[in-house]
Amino acid sequence: MAEIRIQNLQKRFADFTAVRDSSLVLEDGKFVVLLGPSGCGKTTTLRMVAGLEFPSAGQITLDGQDVTYLRPRERDIAMVFQLFALYPHMGVRDNLEFPLRNEGVPRAEIDKRIKQVAGILRIEHLLGSRIGGLAGGDRQRVALGRAIVREPKAFLMDEPLGTLDAEFRELMCVELRKLHERLKTTTVFVTHDQNEAMALADHIVVMNNGDILQADDPHGIYNFPSCVFVARFIGRPPMNMLKVRGAVAAGARQVQVDGRPVDVPTVQAPAENALLGIRPEHVRLMPPGEGLAGQVKGVEYFGSHWIAELQTDAGVLKAVVDKGTRPAEGDRIGLGFDQNRLVLFDADTERLLPSATTSAHRPSMRHG
Amino acid sequence: MASITLQGITKRFGEVTAVDDMQLEIANGEFFVLLGPSGAGKTTTLRLIAGLETPDAGSVNMNGADMTPVAPALRDCAFVFQQYSLYPHLTVYDNMAFPLRAPMRRLDEAEIRRRVERVAAMLHIDSKLQRKSTALSGGEMQRVAIGRALVREPRVYLMDEPLSSLDAGLREELRVELKRLQRSSGATVVYVTHDQVEATTLADRIAILEHGRIQQVGTPLQIYDQPQSIDVAQRLGSPTINVLPASWFAGTADPRAMHVAIRPEDVQLSAAAGSQAYAVIECSLVKHLVVAERMGVEVRARTMLDQALVPGAQVQMTFPPKHCMFFDAAGRRLAA
Repeated sequence: MAEIRIQNLQKRFADFTAVRDSSLVLEDGKFVVLLGPSGCGKTTTLRMVAGLEFPSAGQITLDGQDVTYLRPRERDIAMVFQLFALYPHMGVRDNLEFPLRNEGVPRAEIDKRIKQVAGILRIEHLLGSRIGGLAGGDRQRVALGRAIVREPKAFLMDEPLGTLDAEFRELMCVELRKLHERLKTTTVFVTHDQNEAMALADHIVVMNNGDILQADDPHGIYNFPSCVFVARFIGRPPMNMLKVRGAVAAGARQVQVDGRPVDVPTVQAPAENALLGIRPEHVRLMPPGEGLAGQVKGVEYFGSHWIAELQTDAGVLKAVVDKGTRPAEGDRIGLGFDQNRLVLFDADTERLLPSATTSAHRPSMRHG
Repeated sequence: MASITLQGITKRFGEVTAVDDMQLEIANGEFFVLLGPSGAGKTTTLRLIAGLETPDAGSVNMNGADMTPVAPALRDCAFVFQQYSLYPHLTVYDNMAFPLRAPMRRLDEAEIRRRVERVAAMLHIDSKLQRKSTALSGGEMQRVAIGRALVREPRVYLMDEPLSSLDAGLREELRVELKRLQRSSGATVVYVTHDQVEATTLADRIAILEHGRIQQVGTPLQIYDQPQSIDVAQRLGSPTINVLPASWFAGTADPRAMHVAIRPEDVQLSAAAGSQAYAVIECSLVKHLVVAERMGVEVRARTMLDQALVPGAQVQMTFPPKHCMFFDAAGRRLAA
């Protein structure tokens, strides 16, 4: 059980700032994913929590105890590395026992824990095997097992699924989430893969260029992105962005797109230039002449639906189309939007413009 | 350009029969996807076509000619592996030019340059051509591996999960690019994947494989709308198709029916009414999914909600008859 607090954390490497003034509360028992492209500072943040790097400034507390400059082994936190960091010359059981023997845990207790962990991960039948002969997925389970046997206060994982093949990665995601449901151990998980993040996380922290851009549950991140970067990074296809014509005033309930008025949730701050954001599943196709004018550039089939690429004078956008109606390339169509799903961004700062719907949403994670 | 015919191909590895008496015809210019879980025999099938494995029985034909005894190098197939395998001591340019400089081809350098530059531009690696291949990111390396196959302009492209090591954005971009490329060049592509999105978006036709056998072959629409077995119905579609007991449909169903399957997007959700209520287990506003349970059976419904339903809430689910598919005890489709 552990609550991890990060306060004004900073890390500089020579003249490169890897993490800039980050503050974050990782609640006890939550599965928190640090998500972002490579070089965004997510791994550096994790390594500071683990004690593998010391911050240039700021503080990290674990259940109220200042651990900022404690060595890794003094923190009671288990790190699971990307690579299968197992001892290849030892058997599975020895690999699992190793961290416990190091800590001087009594034999009876070791046996009890190994039995329990092997049961949870369904690797009982492998306990007598050598590491060398194991399949990738079994190795990863053993690596997970070695983290679990220590019964640490928190798990820290740095792209632990990155080296698995695609199908196995999805299975391990399910496996990890189940494990978390059973153990409820605070987990910090680093990845660049939004699918992993969405499948695993209670809370997601999106980072870029050393900054935390947003920290919230998957629903908040997906539906109320804090900026254009988050909106485009999450969701496939990503959120559509259309240019709004003219300035937007506070209190406005309509904006102009391609010469037509579009109803939006009441805007609460002004912007000189704005972008209208809408997810592909909230775009509706209508007969030509209604709504925004568009033309179908291409369609892709997904079984339950089609995704149509549409050309409009305000830009290209994608729409999810019901499987019963197949739009054909070249078709002229009208486009409508679900008003309550529309979000606006200040085009100059690329930040979310607050509106009646976005202000009503309460982020489930504290940061900043 | 080539058509491919597999006639009664069988391949065993010790006790395991990886490919079991397979019959398959792939037309010239077709984008053909082999879809199935790991261990289904997809990769083995691809390797048999390439000549990297020798079948225990049956033959591989291309354009009507028996290729079974022909060496891989003489089959004119370009193979793209899941894990990129580049020459670490060579630049990106030289990696891509390598197959064109092979003694069999030995194209002149001007032609090589033309092809490499064209393909590199298409794959957005034209600015990296002079880099050592080891100085690239994983996604870039895989693009070089794909590029090395494309420059050859072979009769057939064989691709084994070429996009699975890339991140979501790049995967989507390259997927569209690959399809465009295949369409414009008219090349025959045999493409192995376990990813149903790649299958439905790329394929002209899909073969569903399981246990070394073909379960069904058809266009993505045919496979999705008219699955001939429960296994196939469950292989395509996300979230997975619902399988309900036929007893819920007493009177309307064929008496031989054991299972009734309906896609999550066809289930209708409404406010609870009376004894037919379902209890919500999970509701995701991100996946647009509601999972609810009745009599121990979980039902998934794809639906757009503005407010999440709390677990335990009661809802009503209805199954429009025109979207219901009936299957017998062996999992075979019954005519409606």
